[in-house]
Amino acid sequence: MAEAKLINPYPKGLTEVEMRYCPGCTHGTAHRLVAEVLEELDIIDRTVAIATVGCSVYAYEYFNTDAVQAAHGRGPAVATGIKRVQPETVVFSYQGDGDLASIGMAEVVHAAARSENITIIFINNAVFGMTQGQMAPTTLLGQKTTTSPQGRTVEAAGYPIRICEMLATLPGASFLAREALTTPARIRSSKRSIRRAFETQLAGAGFALVELLSICPTWWRMDPLEAIRHVEEKMIDYYPLEVFRDRLAEEDEGGDTNA
Amino acid sequence: MSQQRRKVFISGNEATAEGGIAGGCRHFFGYPITPQNKIPEYMAEELPKIGGVYLQAESEVAAINMVYGAASAGARVMTTSSSPGIALMQEGLSYCLGSELPCVLVNMVRGGPGLGNIGPAQSDYWLATRGCGHGDGRCITLTPYSVQELHDFTAGAFEIADRYRNPVMVLADAILASMMEPCELIPRRDLPAPDRPWAVGPHDPDQRERNIVNSLWVEFDVMEAVSQRLEERYRQAAEEITDWDEFGSDEPQVMICAYGISARICESAVMQANDELGIRTRLIRPKTVFPFPTEPIRSWAERVDAALVVELSMGQFVEDVRLAVEGRCPVDLLGRAGGNVPTVGDVVEKIREAALRAGVARV
Ligand SMILES: Cc1ncc(C[n+]2csc(CCOP(=O)(O)OP(=O)(O)O)c2C)c(N)n1
Repeated sequence: MAEAKLINPYPKGLTEVEMRYCPGCTHGTAHRLVAEVLEELDIIDRTVAIATVGCSVYAYEYFNTDAVQAAHGRGPAVATGIKRVQPETVVFSYQGDGDLASIGMAEVVHAAARSENITIIFINNAVFGMTQGQMAPTTLLGQKTTTSPQGRTVEAAGYPIRICEMLATLPGASFLAREALTTPARIRSSKRSIRRAFETQLAGAGFALVELLSICPTWWRMDPLEAIRHVEEKMIDYYPLEVFRDRLAEEDEGGDTNA
Repeated sequence: MSQQRRKVFISGNEATAEGGIAGGCRHFFGYPITPQNKIPEYMAEELPKIGGVYLQAESEVAAINMVYGAASAGARVMTTSSSPGIALMQEGLSYCLGSELPCVLVNMVRGGPGLGNIGPAQSDYWLATRGCGHGDGRCITLTPYSVQELHDFTAGAFEIADRYRNPVMVLADAILASMMEPCELIPRRDLPAPDRPWAVGPHDPDQRERNIVNSLWVEFDVMEAVSQRLEERYRQAAEEITDWDEFGSDEPQVMICAYGISARICESAVMQANDELGIRTRLIRPKTVFPFPTEPIRSWAERVDAALVVELSMGQFVEDVRLAVEGRCPVDLLGRAGGNVPTVGDVVEKIREAALRAGVARV
């Protein structure tokens, strides 16, 4: 009998606590990718995870690292405090789009402007999941949420915010990429960017953020496959997948480092 | 103290900043606001020279959350601000309380509400002793009344914060912040890192479990246990660090209660009342207002005919005095607001009125 070989074992970067996410939610996928990267880079024991406020608030139970739970939107400020005290610690802040792009906009923009040497994992599911499906700053025009029941309109709520493009105006942002957690190929690409974001921090090269387009079947009121199609057909259109900045690569090429 | 203290002529703000450094603070996060700007400026100058970090945050909201992160990572850390800025820090402060993080805040109180003004005030008494954000946490609150005490209390605040795993607030005002006085500085020295086995950071997983700094407790009984633990610490702090000073007649007819800059004014008034009016008066001056010196105020209230509270507010501190007095004697209030302060004469006149009403004054 052929010997069975486990090619993708449970990552050491995750605890075995059962996650509380809804069926189909991609928070779990994102957690796993981050955990695999921490293990591959062999930094689990010197990483501090920052769990913020949103569906991922329990991230401190899931990541097998030291962890700090932060107030809604303040992950980048808390990360700054830790990193300034312990430059040798790898710090990442895991934030949803309500947390980062709404209440926490000032903190993320200024952390990027200072080129704070931290990593941000930004989950864009275009909705406030934890509080039951309200409109987020990233909600697409026309998208129905519990607080835009007729669909988001420009008149009532203006335009959705493209975080990566906005942060790309800041020279302090050293790595910026948008990926999507939809197909196997895109998930592999997401992992490459997540790894790059941690490598940027390890190289002391400054602020790194990976935006992950994610699905929320529960509050989008779609089944998971429909939700994935929604990302592929609608979200990517407005939120193009791209590496907007990779300072390490620019330096390797001896290119413009002043962006 | 093995090393000699050096005597200098210095402002309250500078004495506070140097007090932080003497207390072991090497990390400062803040946002400018009058009347305490000299503190961040001093830190920006001094901390980099001694291997520390000064960082100007984008707001007080960010500043307190940077403090939260730094304290989680085991640092002695402080921030300073004035009323509107401290108001903005309330949520972060509540997280510090809930996560049981030691840190030090200084509030150089100014006139309010709203944008108010930059004059001296004591109208953040409730904010300090009752506020501290949402939930059942309290800030240990120290109330210096001189430049020397600003220095000493700020330095001592770090040890208190670590002892009770709780934020400590130094509550002063715009006069104390700006005025200059002689001050004996505690020599700077490198203190050993505070003992915080719960702090996050690089570690050997064979040596300890992973550490989590957190204030989320969804199970009611677990959350209640946290509140009970905090309450027990506050009870312990009340026994161990409640502090006050007394001044004046040993057989008083009138008791004055005042803290901070108000107490400075009252000292002169007490002398005048005793010497010129013959009204035997004693000042009780809290140096901590949370924990509150209930016992001395209560026991003097048994013996005096009247009490007078003087504060730069329309009446906040007076409520704690009344709770301590519990009807044992009438309690009068001389409250000024908006940056105004009573003169010594104003206080003496109030003492006379209180004594007259109580039937102990001759005139
Ligand atoms: C100061 C504050 N305001 C509001 C809330 C309520 N709240 C909790 S989670 C959340 C939104 C989270 O949405 P998002 O960041 O998109 O994450 P998701 O839940 O979708 O993963 C809000 C508004 C809070 N906890 N604190």
